[in-house]
Amino acid sequence: MTDLEHRGAGPGGHGELATTDDPRYPVPDPGDPEHLPRLTDVDEAAADRATRQVAIMFGLVPILALIFVVTYFAVPKDDYIDFGPMHTNTQNLVFGLTLGLALLLIGLGAIQWARQLMDDEEKIEYRHGAVSDEEDRTYVLDELDKGIAESKVTRRKVLGRSLLGALGLVALPGVVLLADLGPWPTRKWISGTIATTIWEEGIRLVNDVTYVPIRAEQVQIGQLINAQPENLQEYHGTEFLQEKAKASIIVVRMNPNTIKIPDSRKDWHVGGILCYSKICTHVGCPISLWEQQTHHLLCPCHQSTFDLGDSGVVVFGPAARSLPQLPITVDAEGYLVARDGFSVPTGPSYFERDSRNDFQEGDN
Amino acid sequence: MAKPAPTTSDGRSVAAETPPKQLGPVFKAAAGPAVWADERIGVAKLSRPFIRKVFPDHWSFLLGEIALYSFIILLLTGVFLTLWFKPSMAEIEYEGTYQLLRGLQMSEAFESTLAISFDIRGGLLIRQMHHWAAMLFLAAMLAHSLRIFFTGAFRKPREVNWLIGVGLLSIGLVEGFAGYSLPDDLLSGTGLRFVDGLIRSIPIIGTWAEMFMFGGEFPGSLIVARLYMAHILLIPAVLLGLIAAHLALVVYHKHTQYPGPGRNEGNVVGYPVFPVYMAKAGGFFFIVFGVITLMGGLMQINPLWTYGPYNPAQVTAGSQPDWYMGFVEGAIRIMPNWETNLANTTWSWNVAIPGFGLMGAMFGLMAVYPFIERWVTGDNTEHHVLERPRNNPTRTAFGVAAMTCYGLFWIGGGNDLVATQFHVSLNSVTYFLRVMVFVGPVIAFIVTKRICIGLQRSDEERLLHGAESAIIVRDPSGSYSEAHVPIGQEEAYSLTQHKEMLPLAPLTEQGDLTDRKFKAEQRRRKATRFYFLDALRKPTRAELEAAAHHHDDHGDGDGHDGDGHGGNRHGNGHGTKEIGAGTGARRAQE
Repeated sequence: MTDLEHRGAGPGGHGELATTDDPRYPVPDPGDPEHLPRLTDVDEAAADRATRQVAIMFGLVPILALIFVVTYFAVPKDDYIDFGPMHTNTQNLVFGLTLGLALLLIGLGAIQWARQLMDDEEKIEYRHGAVSDEEDRTYVLDELDKGIAESKVTRRKVLGRSLLGALGLVALPGVVLLADLGPWPTRKWISGTIATTIWEEGIRLVNDVTYVPIRAEQVQIGQLINAQPENLQEYHGTEFLQEKAKASIIVVRMNPNTIKIPDSRKDWHVGGILCYSKICTHVGCPISLWEQQTHHLLCPCHQSTFDLGDSGVVVFGPAARSLPQLPITVDAEGYLVARDGFSVPTGPSYFERDSRNDFQEGDN
Repeated sequence: MAKPAPTTSDGRSVAAETPPKQLGPVFKAAAGPAVWADERIGVAKLSRPFIRKVFPDHWSFLLGEIALYSFIILLLTGVFLTLWFKPSMAEIEYEGTYQLLRGLQMSEAFESTLAISFDIRGGLLIRQMHHWAAMLFLAAMLAHSLRIFFTGAFRKPREVNWLIGVGLLSIGLVEGFAGYSLPDDLLSGTGLRFVDGLIRSIPIIGTWAEMFMFGGEFPGSLIVARLYMAHILLIPAVLLGLIAAHLALVVYHKHTQYPGPGRNEGNVVGYPVFPVYMAKAGGFFFIVFGVITLMGGLMQINPLWTYGPYNPAQVTAGSQPDWYMGFVEGAIRIMPNWETNLANTTWSWNVAIPGFGLMGAMFGLMAVYPFIERWVTGDNTEHHVLERPRNNPTRTAFGVAAMTCYGLFWIGGGNDLVATQFHVSLNSVTYFLRVMVFVGPVIAFIVTKRICIGLQRSDEERLLHGAESAIIVRDPSGSYSEAHVPIGQEEAYSLTQHKEMLPLAPLTEQGDLTDRKFKAEQRRRKATRFYFLDALRKPTRAELEAAAHHHDDHGDGDGHDGDGHGGNRHGNGHGTKEIGAGTGARRAQE
């Protein structure tokens, strides 16, 4: 073997010998580096030591497995360990440690075995290229061609065409079967569902957790209350969650002299108590991070920020539309009630939504 | 490669009667079952091509293995979880072990997740292992795809396998998200609320898609059951099929290898599957399994009992998806609030573009990249020797630019935490990222390309001037210099083994090309200049010879040639491994 050639194919592609005559590859392949023996190859004591290491690693596994099993039966499942700042379930900790270490030891043992004791001479395999042999190609093409002719599909073209049509249209029932996956959001359906909430005139505003109706004088300036419509309690299960996901509101009180109240909304508040939808107009997270001094309300999901002192317009973030405001008033007993339902759909945008009536900065 | 075993060619040839080969003790015992199996399913014939198949060794080849093993662990732990999990959104009152949630309304899904965490012994361990394995699965896939990208392992003939990989990564994201959404706790419910808003934002068909997915108004009563089916049946089946095809192609193409002595496009050098690779890969499976088990036992993940059941009127500050959805979350957060109201319709660009657009762009670009590069180079040869990232500066720069963009979006996914932890304004972080996701990749591209070219220069330096010897020499005039020694042929070969692509000058005349083909060819040639004009050329053989020559001439002057260190030229057993080019030149000279 000379400097100018080496085993196998050259870098230029399979079958081609790399020679340094090729200006693209100035250095010839020196061939595989000499195989150097490991300590365990030449020193029997070192090999014995490695064998012992592997055997010990494997040998510890049954012990760990036994500890696992004993812990499963002997330690109560509500036993907890406190260790420094750690407070952890005893079983979970011991299970993780014993099983984890057992698995780890099997792996480490196997790799130590392979690295120290198994023969480590590198072997060479030759590549043959992904492409088929010319002969295989010709054979397959010929046979396919024969098969096509034998099937008569080229002579009697109507067979192939009608089969394609049949296969194409037999998929149709399969697709149609999926049409019941959900309700069809026609305009009419939308107007009765996602476009509307259970708020309507005279519905009391109640505390989000206790369902206690809210009296106007209970709300202090700067305070924010999470609230729901009183009639939400009439719903249960899925419907309850669906209505809550649209109807949740926040009630805030600000000094009416320091906020902007447009003429069209003069009678939507009660002495500076304003009520907005709690559902973000971006993708629907419930918003409640209230910056009392700036009158800003920040959504913790994507940080859209709305100015509640300016009819809920967006001042920052990815939300595009103002928070819908719920017009409120007080009833005869002094409780806050809705003057009407929301004038626009609450929650995130959808294609069929008519967003021309939403409050925009500068509206009056 | 091992040297061929010595043969006794001079011995008298003996005819036919070789003694029957003695099998080892294992086969003495297992001969019966082996014959039984072979006679029925031909195991010998089937395993013959694979049993000693060679796999090359390199740490970076383990990344894909981690992904594979994590997937197996996900299947094992996932089966355990299905034994108790109830994919039902029926509302019940909690009366279980965890006292702080007693009396609360929650779905059966959340209730059964709490039961797995508190009442089933080992349930919490398996649940946490499942979650950690999912994190690792996606992280390993992403890292593996970067390794493939930066070493050019996607080149012919592996483009199909690259596409399968892109499919695995994208479907893996969906699978992870589906699993994350199942427990129906406050955090995962918030995630679903976001998905609802995201699907709604698709122009024209958004509301239909939303209703068909959720089976009604959000949250409905079906989504957990539907995601459960997708999470444990549909998507794992697809993943399994794609993984099988992915591995089959790896076996068929034979693994790529890094440049090195004895390695070339026509061979693969490494260890045989049986027994070395079996022990190493099998052992590595147990190591990954062990580490994930330790994580499950020692590191808390998704403590959903602290979040409570889903409630559409509640959310926690700092809510974030799992890390792999972070880049989408970031894009959603930093997107300007563009929305178009056209007549009585609403087009939510602020959600659809960062949500679907970004994911589509990421996986789309990944999918088409091999074909773009193939179009630029026009290279139709097979590549089995990996390219060192520096040797394709433009590709590497594209990769780092993409990583930078991804990373910036990812930071955007935690812009609130960046703001609170580093005491900076949330708004500033957001505005900064809005600009940086475009500017950052450009900077990263330029810097990376320059670093690659710098590294190429350092390779060239070693080839032409040798390696630093750590020997300081004082010349008669009193000045000091460090002597350089030529690098061995093994290293020189490794440094010059890559196929070099050349920039093409524009065609000066159209020739017999049609107008369209001419323009396309000019564009391609422009692209080759963009790609390859700045990259360093390998030294030619003549340059190497000249450098070796130069080195020899200086040899005596440097004073390191005749003083016992000259071994690098002649003695010490490494002499034969000098750059071949140099050897030839010297011989001619002598």
